[in-house]
Parts: sequence; C-alpha cells; structure tokens
Amino acid sequence: MAATTLPATAGHARRQARRSLGIVPTAVLVLGAIYTLFPVSWVVVAATKSKAELFSTSTFAPGTGLLSNLSDLFAYRDGVFWLWLLNTVLYAGGGAVLSTAVSTISGYALAKYSFPGRGLIFNLLIGGILVPSVVLAIPQYLLFSKVGLADTYWSVLLPQILHPYSIYLARIYAQAAIPDSLLEAGRLDGAGEWRLFRRVALPMLTPGMVTIFLFQFVAIWNNFLLPFIMLGDDHRFPLTVGLYTLLAAGANQPSLYNLIITGTMLSLIPLIALFLTMQRYWRTDLSSGAVKSR
Amino acid sequence: MRINRLTAAAVAILAATFSTACSGGSGEPSAPAGDSTSAAPAGPVELTYWTWVPNMDKIVAVWNQAHPDIQVTVSKQAGGDDAAAKFLTAAKAGNPPDLVQAEYQMLPSFVAADAVADIRAETEQARAEFGDGIWGLVTLGTDAVYAVPQDSGPMMLYYRQDLFEKYDIEVPKTWDEYAQAARAVREKDPKVFLGTFSSKDPGWFAGLSQQAGAQWWSISGDAWKVAVDDEATAKVAGYWGGLVKEGVIDGMPFFTPEWNKALNDGRLLTWPSAVWGPGVLSSNAPKAEGKWAIAPLPQWNAGENHSGFWGGSSTAVAAKSPDKAAAARFATWLNTDPQALDLLIKEGSIYPASTKGAALLTGAPDYFADQPDFWRQAAAIGATARGFTFGPNVNVTYNAYRDAFDQAVAAKTDFAAAVRTMQETTVADMRKSGFTLAQ
Repeated sequence: MAATTLPATAGHARRQARRSLGIVPTAVLVLGAIYTLFPVSWVVVAATKSKAELFSTSTFAPGTGLLSNLSDLFAYRDGVFWLWLLNTVLYAGGGAVLSTAVSTISGYALAKYSFPGRGLIFNLLIGGILVPSVVLAIPQYLLFSKVGLADTYWSVLLPQILHPYSIYLARIYAQAAIPDSLLEAGRLDGAGEWRLFRRVALPMLTPGMVTIFLFQFVAIWNNFLLPFIMLGDDHRFPLTVGLYTLLAAGANQPSLYNLIITGTMLSLIPLIALFLTMQRYWRTDLSSGAVKSR
Repeated sequence: MRINRLTAAAVAILAATFSTACSGGSGEPSAPAGDSTSAAPAGPVELTYWTWVPNMDKIVAVWNQAHPDIQVTVSKQAGGDDAAAKFLTAAKAGNPPDLVQAEYQMLPSFVAADAVADIRAETEQARAEFGDGIWGLVTLGTDAVYAVPQDSGPMMLYYRQDLFEKYDIEVPKTWDEYAQAARAVREKDPKVFLGTFSSKDPGWFAGLSQQAGAQWWSISGDAWKVAVDDEATAKVAGYWGGLVKEGVIDGMPFFTPEWNKALNDGRLLTWPSAVWGPGVLSSNAPKAEGKWAIAPLPQWNAGENHSGFWGGSSTAVAAKSPDKAAAARFATWLNTDPQALDLLIKEGSIYPASTKGAALLTGAPDYFADQPDFWRQAAAIGATARGFTFGPNVNVTYNAYRDAFDQAVAAKTDFAAAVRTMQETTVADMRKSGFTLAQ
C-alpha cells in the first residue's frame, strides 16, 4: 500500500503510509461487521414477510406481515413461545450467574494461592477446554438419567456451570488485575481470606466477571444440542429446541417458516439489549488507583 | 404382499437376533376392551407421548376426558431422523416416553435396539382396520406387532395443470413419457424444469424404488438380505441419472428455499410426492393455490398400476414403559376410533392409515379446491402402493444416499455407482453391528 505513495517526499510518504495503514484495521472491522450483520438484517427483514411473501418477494424487500406473524407466533399453541423464552432466560441467566461465580472463585484461587496440585488442576482444566461440550452431551445425558435428573431444569443448568475456559479466563484475569501486594496489605490489616476475596478481589474482578457472564449467557442462550438431548417435556424447552419443533414438524404439516424467523428475531433482542447494557462495565478500569504502592 | 410371506420362522430369527419378542407385552394380560369399566389400578396411570403431529394435545384431551384412569401427556417433539435418535438415546438411558411416534422406516431400528414393545395381544382387534401393506410395516413380517399404524404416504404425481396446458403437455402415464415431457418443456422454456431430483430425500427415492418393485431388505432363512442395489433400484437410479446428466431434470433438493421459489414462480411443473403433499404445497407455494392437480405416478411399463410409500408413521409403545397395556390401549384408540380419526384428520391434518379413517376424508384440501375427488383418487392410488420391508439401519442407508447422490448430482456422474455405495455402506454397517447377512 505504501508503494503507491513513492513519488511523494519521504516525510509525506511516511505519514501517508501511516494513515492508509490506519484505515486497514477499520476496513477489516467494517467488513467483519457487514459479514456478521448481514444474516441478522436478513432475519429482521424476513420476519416482516407474510407466508406468501417469504419465498416470492426479493430478499431484502420488506414485507407486510410482521404484525400477523407476531400474533400468530404468540397464539401458537396458546403462547408456548413465552414459556420457551422464560425457560431460555432461566437457563441462560441462571447458568451464566452460577458459572460466573464458580469460575471467578476457582480462577481466583488458582491465581492467588499456591497449594499442592495446583498445576495439575490447571492443566486438567486446559485439557478440558480442548474437549468440545458437544461431545459430552450424550455421556452427560446417560449420567443424568442414572441419577434421575434427566428431563429436569437441572439437567440443562448443571452441565453448563463448570466451564473450563471461563475458569482459565478468570485465572488469567485475576493474576493480572489483583496485585499480590494488595492482598498482602489486606492480610496485614487483619482481613480474613473470605473478606479479602469479597472486599478486595471481587471489585477488581468485575470486568472479567462481566466478560465471563456474557460469554456464558450467549453460549447457553444459543445452545441447542444439550437441551435437545436432555429434555423430553416440551414445556421445559428453551427457544432453540422449541423453534426447532416448528421447523421439523413432519411432512404433512406446513412448515411454519415465518413463525420460526419471527421467533428467531425476537430471541435476538434480549441478547442485543444485554450487550448494550453490560458494555459499560468493560470500560471501568478498576485497577487504576487501586495500588498506590508503586 | 412380499412382507407377509416372511412367516413364523422370521419371529424366531428376530427373537434370536434382537431378543425383543419376549421382552414385550406378551406376558401382560390384555386390557379390557370396554372403555367404561376397567380394573383400574390405584390412581390414574400417567403416560407420556412423544409426537410431532400438530394439535395432538387437543386430540389427547378428548381421550383424557373419557379415560380418567389413563392420563396421557403429549410432549411435542421435532420430527424426522433426530426424533428417532433422541428416542433411541432415551430408551438406552432408561427413561423413554411411554408412547412414541415412530416413522415406519425407523421402527426396525427401534426393534433392533429393544426399545419398543410387542403389543400383539393388545392390538388383535385393531388388525382388521388396516390393509396388509401397512400392517406389514409394523410387524416387519413377523408375528409380533411393534406399533399401531397412524398415517401413510402413498405416492402420486402432483403437476401444474395450468402450465401443462400452457406448454401443451399431456399428463405422463409412463416414465418414458415423463422423460419426453421433460425434454419438451426445456425446449419450450429453458427457464422451466418438469421436475427435480432431490439428493436430500432418501425416503422419496425409496418410494420411487418401491414402485419399481425394489425390496431393499428382506429376511431369508436366519439372516438379513440386503439388496439396495437391486435391479429395480438400479433402473430408477439410471433413469433419473440420465435425465439429470442430459440437463432436462433439475438437481435441486426439495424443501429448500430455492425449491419453494421455483414452485411459486412456476418454474417447476411436477412433483412426484406423497398424499401429504397438499400441506407442503400450501405452505411453501401459497401463490400456486388451485393450480396443481394429482395423477397416478407414471408407470415403468404401460398398463401397470403401481405406487410406493413415502413417509408415514405409527404409534409405538416403549419396551421400558411400566404401563404397556394402558399405552397400547391408547395407541389403538388413537388410530382406530372414529372420533380420534376424525380429530387426526381435522386437527392433525394427517392421512390416516386405517381404511376406516381414509374413508372419513371428504371434501378436497383447500389447496386442491378444484379437485373434489382428490381423496377418492388418493385412496385409489393408495391401494396400488407396493409393500416394503425396512431394515434395522435405515438411517445409515439414508445418510449414504445423501452423501453419494449429493456428489453424483453435482458432478452429473453415474447414479448407479451411488446406489452401489448405498449398498456397500449398508452392508458394512450391518456387519459391524453384528447382524447375520445372507450372501
């Protein structure tokens, strides 16, 4: 890219190069944004189309059926959509909160305490990251069946609480964000370990916890296979599995494409809202000013 | 029917192979036939039922009202292959639902996994309600009964009446005429295809092969015989392969947005499909309402009159259900009681497998409002459907179909080779699973 600016003077060229190079990351990000937003925008447009318009009008021409789609969706099986939405909120919200708690406390312990077996545990966790959770779904189902927990809310919540990657993340973050000297100072002032964690470490870990929470929330919100295998009762389904029953409704039943697309669009809204509201926690730079010992 | 020729000997084989026949409900006393009085156990029997028939909860509510001693809870599942896999996993884990909707092609794999019960004793009275071809699909040619048939899918030819007139084409009576028509259409309008070959729908191809007389699985002596690449199937594959290669038949799969669009735009003139087609057409091609008509499938030889089945399912009772007799009673009621059949047609929009149920269908589907004799034609076509035995690993064969034909359609190569791949994959899998194979 710099080659094109050769005729200019050296200083000018350098500035030019820097500026054009500065455009590159922006351009890449814009491309990435288009790439990810394109399908989403399709969903939004397609949700406005009526049954007849869905496959006949051109792709990005808005339709006229949004309201009827919405009322059809809410009327479908006496509003089972809301139940599924509620279930999803429970699975994703509950699962993410519990998972964040477990990850933070284990990550903190792994980062700040040295105890026998620490290396081993950490290496096992790293190994756990490499095992995709999809592979574990069926063994987990068999295990849950054995203890009689299959087809319960717990069967979807429990497996998603322990998440190796989040623990790894929490450890790395705790290592970087909490200076040992600060904990030492706390100990000298007579704080117990629990109080130290609650009062000193936890506030500093908040941005990391928000990250973990969001990661887990999105992962559970979008999870399909685990609830699909675990749950038999359709009143416990999350949205992903519930909407799938509309898609694979059998051949003699008209597929409810417009309802599925509308349902998908609605299920995006809480995720977007969550990201917009939680974003501000990332900006707070808690570690600044925490340690004055420097 | 071929399947019915597999006689008592087959029971012994199946029993030996699967050790299922005896684990079933044969030991249970049959439930009282009457609805009003029954030796009800303390408290109502609670049954769960996995199905994907729309509005099944409404139909079951009618049963629950009339039978306070047997309460059924419907759990609506996603249909298709995934449903079968899910049921098998649940059965293996020991907590299957009491009742399950089982597609005919999946039933043998349920039997092989010991997942469904033999409900022969409880279904004796229901036997007379069904034709031999359909009944063979739930007995697998044995003396046992593994499910009660619910709906069936005899195949016929759906075609665009208005466009056939526009392009001046006769309704093809033989597959030769169909091929001629395919060429004629391409000449008249290069944007339009007479039909398409779907590499994603093995059930469709199986139905067409049944029409030609294929018999992919059979039990011979004490072993399974697998003939996915038999002469009839090779003929069907060769025929479609030739047309795809020639470019006169399209290669896009059914049920895709692309296919929906082609149906809506009138760029696809025929669809060899099953009796449940109106539901699909009305949702996927709403613009073409009233423009489609049905005819019997084109025949391989002029003067013949054969059809095949695509789809259809039954109601099976889980082998691990603690209340098999009650479950079998419900399954029988659901699929043979006039009131239930009426509800299945109206609420569940299915084409009932029972002969009595098929007779209940009056008035053409809305989509075919111009064809008042739609159901009469369908019933006549249904009577010509050939029987078939499905094997214990249909999912493997069907996956092989998707893989092999995907490639064959894309590369326009020999379809016969794809059929051979299906055969080899099926045989290899059955060997691996420990089935005895006749060779």
